[in-house]
Amino acid sequence: MANRVIPVLTILLAILAFWYAAAIWMNAPWQDRLNARADLIDVPFAEFAAQTWAQDKPVLPAPHQVVSEIWNATVALEITSRRSLAYHGWITLSATLLGFAFGTALGVALAVAIIHNDASDRSLMPWIIASQTIPILAIAPMVVVGLGSVGLTGLVPKALISMYLSFFPVVVGMVKGLRSPEAIQLDLLRTYDANGWQVFWKLRWPAAMPFLFASMKVGIAISLIGAVVAELSNASGGGLGVRLLTGSYNGQTVQIWAALFIAAGLAAILVAIVGSAEKWVNMRMGARA
Amino acid sequence: MNRTGLTAMQFALALLAGGAALLGLAFGFTSFGSAPQLTVFFALGAASLLRLALPFSLWLDGALMLFGAVALILALPEEGAMPAHFWWALVASWAFAWLFVERLSAAIRAGHLPETGTGLVIPVIFGLALLVAWEVITRGANVPPVLLPPPSAIWARMTAEVPTLWADFVQTFVKSVLPGYAIGCLAGLAVAIAVDRSPFLKAGVMPIGNFMSALPIIGIAPIMVMWFGFDWQSKAAVVVAMTFFPMLVNTVAGLNAASAIERDLMHTYAANNWQTLMKLRLPAAGPFIFNALKINSTLALIGAIVAEFFGTPIVGMGFRISTGVGRLAIDLVWAEIAVAAIAGSAFYGVIALIERGVTFWHPSVRGGRT
Repeated sequence: MANRVIPVLTILLAILAFWYAAAIWMNAPWQDRLNARADLIDVPFAEFAAQTWAQDKPVLPAPHQVVSEIWNATVALEITSRRSLAYHGWITLSATLLGFAFGTALGVALAVAIIHNDASDRSLMPWIIASQTIPILAIAPMVVVGLGSVGLTGLVPKALISMYLSFFPVVVGMVKGLRSPEAIQLDLLRTYDANGWQVFWKLRWPAAMPFLFASMKVGIAISLIGAVVAELSNASGGGLGVRLLTGSYNGQTVQIWAALFIAAGLAAILVAIVGSAEKWVNMRMGARA
Repeated sequence: MNRTGLTAMQFALALLAGGAALLGLAFGFTSFGSAPQLTVFFALGAASLLRLALPFSLWLDGALMLFGAVALILALPEEGAMPAHFWWALVASWAFAWLFVERLSAAIRAGHLPETGTGLVIPVIFGLALLVAWEVITRGANVPPVLLPPPSAIWARMTAEVPTLWADFVQTFVKSVLPGYAIGCLAGLAVAIAVDRSPFLKAGVMPIGNFMSALPIIGIAPIMVMWFGFDWQSKAAVVVAMTFFPMLVNTVAGLNAASAIERDLMHTYAANNWQTLMKLRLPAAGPFIFNALKINSTLALIGAIVAEFFGTPIVGMGFRISTGVGRLAIDLVWAEIAVAAIAGSAFYGVIALIERGVTFWHPSVRGGRT
């Protein structure tokens, strides 16, 4: 354990040190001007560094500024407040989870169709791959507006974007997984006179589980990205994407970084949840850790 | 299998196709003159029900599908919704297409038809069927163009707006995506090779790199626009940040792909570190590196377009999409999307082709599948 934690911590500390140094360097020009205006000459370096780490709208906020902004915008505020990051994070999270559920269901359904039917394998698979070369994320705001004009607003349009992104890894992984049983195993089931239904539930489905979870980890991460980008189009709807957008319009860099960190934290937690679900299922299926 | 030589599913599709044509013939009985070609299609489609008694080639199904689709598109009215019985033509030709594809893939599997060539026909038919259905549904049901324009309108807009689309393409793809992609991938490759020498650094960088690849890095777009201005530099910076981590993680994994026995062989040749890297480990990492290049090709385009939502000069695909939505010029937006899709697919395709040439030795390429 220790020889895995120490290298990671070292790199993280290096990044942190680099970040503080970069904050001094990038915020220095503006701080110089502020000091010149206030007739402060010959500020000692330590004091100057502290000033660059405490600007109101810094070019690069120092890590502790971001952390305190996150603290102020989550714990210190009422959860229902429009300025609370917990409120916006919840909006994004619900769209992510709904889209992820849709995407996983669609992906599994397509994979089942593909392995059971030759024609759908041949006709669907190339288009499923081609579908991901379309930068759907880039047109997500348009899709949201388009669906809004038919009366579909709120959670569902964002979830559809997440679905479009997250179904792909699930299809690819599940097709691989459902085909992973070997011929000898399929033959064994035939000697048992198992029907198609039994072959599916007793052999193919359990064999596909590792593939499903690997795909779901990728899927939930891009689901979150889809939800954040889809929010860029509707500033009144709320969500982490909206915090990014308003932050960029008002030059509130600390707010942007705080929203980014919350999104990163959400992604980490979601992937970790899928990972522990994987461990639990593996344990139930008798795999050894 | 039954007397007709069809499986249960094909039989059901055959009944659906013939039945829909028969119904179209019946419901359209009063208006034969308006669309003679459709009437012919309905009659022929209904006649296909004779397959219950006579042998019926799968190519006849293909011909009926094609004839139905062309007849239906030609019969679409210029204005307003189409007559109700036209819908039966859509159902019938869709069913014929599905049946044709089913029988074609069965024939390929049974070895009656060669895999090469005919294997390609099936996805093409599926794509064309989608386009035809899109055209017929949007025009036939009179869907407002603001919601979803028919493909023909998008195509007309594309050909009419070539200079605008080209300028946007140059701004977004040539100026933002390509430099950002090159810098991001090369930086990822260089850092991976640098880190590779030290197990300590590798142990530290890998978990962080894996974690960063899962993060919504695209969110740094507003920050980059503040730092690097509105022009292409900020977009390229977003692309660099997005492509760096997948490349880093994949290359580090790939550099470990050479097996111990191969490394020992290099050792017996007294190869130094650099030679082992260039002659064994980097080539062995090829499939991993190309995997990252392919993932990055789509990420790069997405990054550049999304970054343009946060501020651009008045040119670029992201700019055109966001202003097009605002002005309700949805056909222009779709034309832009089509350009992006073609550019994205072509970018991906070029990298896949290079991959086939460079990693020709890999089992996945030798097997003829990538």
